[in-house]
Formats: sequence, C-alpha cells, structure tokens
Amino acid sequence: MRAHFAENKIAGLLLDLGQLKEDLRIREEVVSARLKYNLLKTQKEKKMSRKIYTILSLLLVAAFALSACGAKATEAPAKPAATEAPAQPAATDAPAATEAPAEKVTVTWWHISTAENHKAEWQKEADDYMASHPNVTIEITVLDNEAFKTKLTTVMQSGEPPDIFQSWGGGVMNEYANAGLLKDITADLDADGGAWRNTFASGALGVYAYKDKNYGVPWDMGMIGFWYNKALFKQAGIDNPPATWTEFIDDVKKLKAAGITPIALGEGDKWPGMHMWAYLVTRLGGKANFEGALLRNGSFTDGPFIEAGNKLNELIAIEPFQDGFLGATYGDEATAMGNGKAAMELMGQWAPAVEKDNSPDKNGIGDDLGFFPFPMVEGGKGDANDAVGGGNGFGIGKNASPEAIDFVKFLTSAEHQATLAKLGVAIPVVKGGEAGLSDPLMIELQKTFAAAQYFQLYYDQALPPAMGSVINDSTQGIFAGTLSPEQAAQAIEDSAAAELK
Amino acid sequence: MQQVPAIPDLLKLKKGSASPRKFRDNLTVFLFLLPAVTLFLVFVLYPILQSVYYSLFSWKGFGPAVDFVGVNNFKNILSDKVFLKALKNALLIIIFSLSIQLPLSLLLATLVGRDLPGRVFFRTVFFMPYVLSEVITALMWLFIYNPDPERGFINAVLIFFGGTSHAWLAKPDLVMPAIFVALTWKYFGFHMLLFMTGLQNIPEEVEEAGRMDGANIFQSFWYITLPLLGSTIRTSVYLSVLGSIQQFILVWIMTKGGPVNASETLATYMYRFGFVRFQLGYGSAVAIYMFILCLTFSLIYQRLTRQPDYLSGL
Repeated sequence: MRAHFAENKIAGLLLDLGQLKEDLRIREEVVSARLKYNLLKTQKEKKMSRKIYTILSLLLVAAFALSACGAKATEAPAKPAATEAPAQPAATDAPAATEAPAEKVTVTWWHISTAENHKAEWQKEADDYMASHPNVTIEITVLDNEAFKTKLTTVMQSGEPPDIFQSWGGGVMNEYANAGLLKDITADLDADGGAWRNTFASGALGVYAYKDKNYGVPWDMGMIGFWYNKALFKQAGIDNPPATWTEFIDDVKKLKAAGITPIALGEGDKWPGMHMWAYLVTRLGGKANFEGALLRNGSFTDGPFIEAGNKLNELIAIEPFQDGFLGATYGDEATAMGNGKAAMELMGQWAPAVEKDNSPDKNGIGDDLGFFPFPMVEGGKGDANDAVGGGNGFGIGKNASPEAIDFVKFLTSAEHQATLAKLGVAIPVVKGGEAGLSDPLMIELQKTFAAAQYFQLYYDQALPPAMGSVINDSTQGIFAGTLSPEQAAQAIEDSAAAELK
Repeated sequence: MQQVPAIPDLLKLKKGSASPRKFRDNLTVFLFLLPAVTLFLVFVLYPILQSVYYSLFSWKGFGPAVDFVGVNNFKNILSDKVFLKALKNALLIIIFSLSIQLPLSLLLATLVGRDLPGRVFFRTVFFMPYVLSEVITALMWLFIYNPDPERGFINAVLIFFGGTSHAWLAKPDLVMPAIFVALTWKYFGFHMLLFMTGLQNIPEEVEEAGRMDGANIFQSFWYITLPLLGSTIRTSVYLSVLGSIQQFILVWIMTKGGPVNASETLATYMYRFGFVRFQLGYGSAVAIYMFILCLTFSLIYQRLTRQPDYLSGL
C-alpha cells in the first residue's frame, strides 16, 4: 500500500502516527484519498498537482483531528495549567505597581460567598475602594465552593494564584506556602507597631500563619454544631436539645418515630459527614489524642478514632438521614433544612445563611431555627466545651501588589466586619466587629465558641490535602457501611504515615 | 527556512524533470505538514512524555518534581481496590454500550434514515441530546434522579403509578445503571447519525436486487444492510469503547465517582488523585495506564477488524 504513497514520505510517517491512534473514520478518508490518488495518476499532470493539494489538505485535516483526539486522556494531568487557567492580568501588573503606586493596578479576588446579600455587599465594598483609589481595578470572581477548590488548585499548579482568595488556613494553605505561592504579609501586619495585627483575635489569625509567618487574614471564625428545627423537635415531643450522646440518640429515635427525618446530610460531598466523626473523636479523645496522632507520638488507630466509628455506626443503624443521603450534596442538605424537611444538621456558622438561600422565600425556617453544641459523649476524655470549627479568610497570592494588601486591610476593617455580622454571614474576628452581631443564634454560637479551651480546626483543613481527602473518603465508607471503623482508621493512619513526615 | 518560494515553484513545474520535481514535491509535502506535525509534537507527544516523567515521582504539583519513586506509583495503583473498581466500571460501560446503546442507535437509524413520515422531526429530536453540553446533561439528569419525589421526575412518576421512590444515585448497586441511562441518552444520537450516514452510502440497487431475489425485510437487513455497514459499525464501536474508557464529565458531576467509589471511572480516579489529593505523580501514572489501555485496544482492534470493506472495494 505504502508503495503508492512513496512520494509522500512524510505523509506516510504521519499515517504511522495515525495508525497508532487508529481513528477508523479518518483511516477511511485516507483510503479514499489513496483511491483518488491512483485515479489521478492516469490523468494529466496539470490536474494532478491541483489534486495533490486536495489530498494534502485532507491529510492535514486528518492530522489535526488526530492530535485533537490524542490529547484527551493524557494531557490533563501533565499540563493542568493549560486546561483551565484563566487570564491573570494582575500577575504582570503587580511588579510594576511596586515601583510606581500611581500606575494602574489590577487586583484579582476570588471568593465563594455566593449568597446574594453577601456577594452584593462585597461588590459594594470593592466599588467603594475603587472609587477612592481610581488607579485600582478589582476583578472579582465568585465561584461555588467545589468549583473554587478545583480551579484554585489548577492555577496554583501553574504558579499564578489570584491576589486575594478564599482560604481556610491550615494544611492546604501550608502546602501553598511551602511551594512559595503565597505572599508573606507578616511585615504588613506588624507595621506601625502591629496596628493591623492587633485588630484581630489572635487565635483566628493564627490559623493563617505557618512557621511564624502570616500568609493570610481571617474574616470569620466560628464553630460547627447542630442547627435544629424547634417546631419539629416539639412535634416529636422533645423539649430541650440533647446534651449527651445518649440523649441525642434517644431524640433521633423520637423524631424518627414521629415520621420526621432526624438529620439532613449531604454525604455525597463527604465533608459534612466527616465532621460528625471528627466531633466524636474530639469528644472521646480530647486534645491530647489528636495532637498525639498528628505529631506521630500516637496513631490514628488509637482508641478514640475507632470508638468514634463505633458511635457513628450506632447512629447510622437508626437510619436517621434523608433518603439518598449518600449521593446528596451539601446544597441538598441545606435545602432539606431550609424547607423544614429535616429536624437538624451538623454544620458551621454559615448554615443559617445557606439554608435561607436554599429556601423558596429566602427566609429558611425563620425563628424555628435553633443551635446546640455537639453533645458530650459519656466517658469521653474531651471537654464538653471543646469545639471543632474554623472560619473563612483571605489568602494572599505571591503576586499580590501593595494595593491588594491595602484592600484586604480595608475589607477587614471593624466597620466592614460589623456589616458582615449584621448580614449574618460572618462571625467577626476583628475587635469592634461584634457590634454588628444582632442575630441571637450567632451571639449564642460566638459565646459557645469563646468558651472552648481546645479549638480544633476542621480535620480536612488542618491536615495535608491528601490526608484530608483520605479522611473524607474513609468516613464516607463508614456511612455507606463498606468500611468498618477499624478499616477506616487504618486507611487514615496509612495516609498519615506517608504524609506526616 | 525556504518556505516562501516553495509554492510558486510548484506552480512552475516542468514536465520530464523527474528528480528535482520529486524533491520539490517532498518539500511541499513537508511544508504542508509542518504546522500539523508541530502541533502534534507540542500538544500530544510532549505532554505524554511529561506525564511519563512525572509518573516516576511523588509530586504534589507545586515546584519541580524531586522525590523520585521509580515504578512505585504504578505498583500501588494495581494494588488499589478503587482502581480495580474503576477498571471494572469502565468494562461495564463498554459492555453496556456495545450491547444496548449501539444496537438501539442502529435500530433508530434504520427507522429514521429511510422514508418514515416525520423522519426529519424524529432525527432532530434524537440528535438533540448530543448537541447539549455534557455539563447541562449531567445537571439535568441530577434533577431527574433527585431522590425527593417532589423534585425528581422519575420518582414522581414511580409514586404516581403507586411505586416507591429510589435514591438512584445514592445506592452503590443502582448508580452505574443510572449513569449508563444518562450516557445512552446523551450519546445514542451521535451513533445514530453515524449509522444514518452509513445507510445512505448503501446503493439502492443492491437492496433492490435483494428484493427481486425474494429477500424479506429481515433478510435484507441481515445479509445486505449489516455487512455493508461494516466499516461504520467498526468506527462506532471504536469510538464507543474509547469514549467509555475516558468517561469523566457526566460521572464527575452526577456522583463524583460515589457513593463510596461505586461509580468511579478511570478518569475520575485520575482526577481525584491529581486535583483533589494533590498527588500528581500518582495521577500521571494513572493517565499512563489509561493511555496504554487505549493504545493496546486500538492496536488489537485494528488487527481484528482488518476486513474487506465492501463499499470501497478494498
């Protein structure tokens, strides 16, 4: 066959590549091209040269098609940057800006606050800042939580982080810091005798520090606890929220008996259920247990980690979750709560806002919503006041200009903190911000949180990402009944052995 | 580079000057291919080689890869139950596709490809899902499968007829069939179009001759249509198998490979390690396995299907 094609050696070469890929449709095109070519040979030479062009263009098309289909499977992991990286004008602007502040500067800001009121407030704050700083343009990208994590990872791998982005501090932030992708803002915080640093609650600020350097600042800090529907609790004959695990299990049974879905859970996203396990570990083992495992004096297969799985199984056995919870997302969970279809959910301080946003009248279940801390487990070594939680903050990308940092300072002013508090989307971390806190639930949550002697940052944020992911996967295994508490703990320990060196 | 004079030279070709002509021809061919070959090298070959390189490291994706681990990644993948589950699921999708999706497409193609009244309408309707973006398809099916009968279409229908609702995407044993239904809905239109084109290439004379010889409609289909569709079917099977191995978007949006890895595909497995767990070296190794799988299939398939093509006469 190739003898006919001797004149087109390179085309033949390409065909070899084509056979590797072996797209049959294209192969047929080539075969018919060959046929045409054979016919042509008997015709006049003038016509022939024209036909050659046709064949060549055909082959060219084929080659393009081939390269297109070849790229799919393998390109993604090797060149993640190319797949999704958005334009990053800030990166090129930033260095120039440090020399001449009056020049035009673009600040990129990615946040995940999709709730309407919150989004609008931040847009307004950015507009205000731009109005008073005409040389600064702030480009805001609002992303859904999961989409944000994916997209941020991609741009981080390409080494071009946004100037300001949503961060939860902890293990993920440490990875970025280790890779030199974040800006060290310690000096900015300490300037003028620590004027900026001193506005923050130090515990909250510490979540965004790694090896004594600050790479971000918090704008919200709170804790996870149970949000419950008072009306549904009453309907099931429960007067007071449970304080102990036994009471909690009893109440779940009562709700179940009354035909009410006791707990809404978006276990398809994995992290909502993980918090339940993490809280059990915290109640059972206390601070020493987790720190021992973290610092490798202990192990993630120690008693409390396994016992937490057993307690969880005790709860799962009652089938307290809504139908299809294993495939549900956090959005489904919030929708169930916001529409009064489930009696409680275990979630952080943002829960009321998201519930409202996921209800038809944007009002959630209104005054029926209540809050109680995770019940104490009888015989646990932890304290009933210990809290698992965390908050939201601004991570600062390595290319951030002084203007970007100044804008973050502007965003975290006491005045703006009070505004967010008033909207019910944040628990202030800046002194003076709590003035805006009017929602009795938030005030209650802040008090509970302030009483905690041991504050544990969410496991999936405190630990390296690979480990956080394994913890999420393993606890989902417990919920699905595919992993025993021992197996789940072992999987986490295996990952810890590899990641916590 | 001598690109500029090349084209005018070709137009001034003289008769009889064999060897310079041949050289010019080769040069022309080379220059024409240059852009394509360059693209191929930069966007296909280079990333593949890069993947191979990274697959030998334990690498988190930030900064240079330094932690060389040899073939450990490749070994670990093979001993990971989740990977084997993903492999099994890929096989399951292939089997489903070949045994249900393609025959269905062929059946519909024979129905709407001929003189059926209203065929243009049906053709458009059947092809429509393929035009939709995969993301939209996935979100749409998420709504359809919603476990809450007030929001999920299928469960609403089931309840209406006195059945019970199911959490289709949340049960490990239901999730793969559920996803496959969405996949079929999305892609059967494409295969139907392929088959329709194939059917149009079958000369009517052959079928007419068959009828004259007394072949009934089934015999005509079995002995004339099917063999003459051979090359189209081979293409269709090929695309279907490769598509099944690389299936990602629908699965990721609908279930993220869950519940508990029940709907994990090779691509979601790769993505999970690359982009969720920050283990890009490991993820690259998965990609290499996928590449080898596709390549091996391609080569074997090419050997197996090297059959005469009745229409082109080769």
